[in-house]
Amino acid sequence: MSVVFDRPSALTDTLMHYCPGCTHGIVHRLVAEAIDELGILGRAIGIAPVGCSVFAYNYFNCDMIEAAHGRAPAVATGVKRARPDCIVFTYQGDGDLAAIGTAETVHSATRGENITIIFINNCIYGMTGGQMAPTTLPGQVTTTSPYGRSPKIQGNPIRMCEMLATLDGVAYAERVSIDTPANVRRAKKAILKAFRNQIEEKGFSIVEVLSTCPTNWGLSPVEALTWLRDNMIPYYPLGVYKDIDKKEGDMK
Amino acid sequence: MPKVLMKGNEAIAEAAINAGCLHYFGYPITPQTEISEYLAKRLPKVGGVLIQAESEIAAINMVLGASAAGVRAMTSSSSPGISLKSEGISYLVGCDLPAVIVNVQRGGPGLGGIQPSQADYYQATKAYGHGDMRLIVLAPSTVQEMATLTGEAFDLADIYRTPVIILADGAIGQMMEPVDFSERKPREIPPKDWACTGHGGTRKRNIINSLMLDPEALEKSVRERFERYKKIEETEVKYERFMTDDADIICVAFGIASRICKSAVTAAREKGIKAGLLRPITLWPFPKAAIAEAANTAKAFLSVELSMGQMVDDVKLACECRRPVEFFGRTGGVLPSPAEVTAKIEAIAAQL
Ligand SMILES: Cc1ncc(C[n+]2csc(CCOP(=O)(O)OP(=O)(O)O)c2C)c(N)n1
Ligand code: SF4
Repeated sequence: MSVVFDRPSALTDTLMHYCPGCTHGIVHRLVAEAIDELGILGRAIGIAPVGCSVFAYNYFNCDMIEAAHGRAPAVATGVKRARPDCIVFTYQGDGDLAAIGTAETVHSATRGENITIIFINNCIYGMTGGQMAPTTLPGQVTTTSPYGRSPKIQGNPIRMCEMLATLDGVAYAERVSIDTPANVRRAKKAILKAFRNQIEEKGFSIVEVLSTCPTNWGLSPVEALTWLRDNMIPYYPLGVYKDIDKKEGDMK
Repeated sequence: MPKVLMKGNEAIAEAAINAGCLHYFGYPITPQTEISEYLAKRLPKVGGVLIQAESEIAAINMVLGASAAGVRAMTSSSSPGISLKSEGISYLVGCDLPAVIVNVQRGGPGLGGIQPSQADYYQATKAYGHGDMRLIVLAPSTVQEMATLTGEAFDLADIYRTPVIILADGAIGQMMEPVDFSERKPREIPPKDWACTGHGGTRKRNIINSLMLDPEALEKSVRERFERYKKIEETEVKYERFMTDDADIICVAFGIASRICKSAVTAAREKGIKAGLLRPITLWPFPKAAIAEAANTAKAFLSVELSMGQMVDDVKLACECRRPVEFFGRTGGVLPSPAEVTAKIEAIAAQL
């Protein structure tokens, strides 16, 4: 009998702690498959964030460092500058990457650090129990925007890929989603490219993955995927925002 | 090696390169910017890396990354910038990572001033980060020591897997004196088999982490670290004594204040007062035993600091109330004059 579904060797044999239906697990698998396919496990160093994926250091089967909240890109910078031959990636949530760690994100990007960032945008602070995130949508109810996020009071959400695409140091910025099998395949392709860029020393690559948090959205896993499709994708359009391999007109 | 005339800040920078530190991350702030300016010139020529980070927070986390990857890394700043580094310092401790952090102190609080100060003593010795933790704190008082203690700091950091602080001040950072870089012999350093270098499929993966949700496990790891601290306290205390053997009044001072005290002690001796100076070189571990021993014969102590009085608490604790401990200091960037200190010594002598 042939094995059709096997654990990538870049994932450890550990039960993940994510809630049922949470898409963090899918993205972990895509990252692990990309590492396997590129044959870089032995020289990969991952940086885990503070957020629901804090335990990523238990799941990825490579050397791992757990950073302070938001500081993963700075830690990755230090690692990569010390070990340029290693493949260095961060895995970060939206609070980590786009609120407390915005400066570290923007400046590692504009320096063109040759690192790979996997950015999980789920429009919420998952780990701390559903507070407003920098990416929370206008009108979205969270525990700290109980009447719905009002741009007048709580300000507007931030679109990271669009912003980072304006920076010369960025080699590649793409937003993907994991709400359908076709989108999962596209996400996989993007993650592969973001790692391949680093191998080819092209510079800073970020893949923003629109993701679900059924627990804090108060939805079933299936409803959550529908909510993502109906609400997140219109505000955060999928596509390639920057790719130094392509001409401007070829984008999206 | 011949002696070279150098600024204190430059001596730190050159000593770091001598110690094999090729990774520096910093953010400009007066009065320590010469460290990064010097390294910006030198590091590219020796295969090193200097990044001017977007903030002190980013800089200390770059140090954390480089150190986790197994190389010697350093950052430097001055008081306000060090406050920003305290998050990263605590994570370095929690991750058991070596690092050298230089604070060329200036007056505070807030933006304060840019003149020399020692008002970060409490912060450096008690509160450089949250959690149960200690840091080795070295206090140079000459440009030569800026160099020697920088080399020592890298060795201590690697041996004990801990951040080490060099607590300097704007005066020593800016002054020029001759330095001999070959003065110190490097120590033996244990292999960094814990570092994240890519496992290459040949060893178990390494994880560098400070998260420990199980209270028992966290307590155990903190206790293990404190065992290391105990060893540091037993073996790494450093201090200098100047005319203390027969002294009735012993000044306790570090860094620039100790130089002022040396002049004051000499002047007091000329006036027939038996004064002496005990200069802590390690502020943590603090030379408690040396002070306790001195208290057997000395009649009074005088802590002299560029602050409103911080180290004086540790001198009192070391004396265990057996002798009066007085304080004299100037703050805000004002240097006490030797005459002011001599006058204070005379006032104490008059009451003995
Ligand atoms: C300095 C600091 N501030 C706050 C926290 C508390 N905290 C932990 S996770 C988190 C939010 C994480 O949200 P996000 O990055 O969106 O990741 P998610 O949990 O949604 O995957 C916060 C605020 C912390 N650990 N450290
Ligand atoms: S809280 Fe949300 S993001 Fe976190 S594991 Fe659960 S579903 Fe996933």
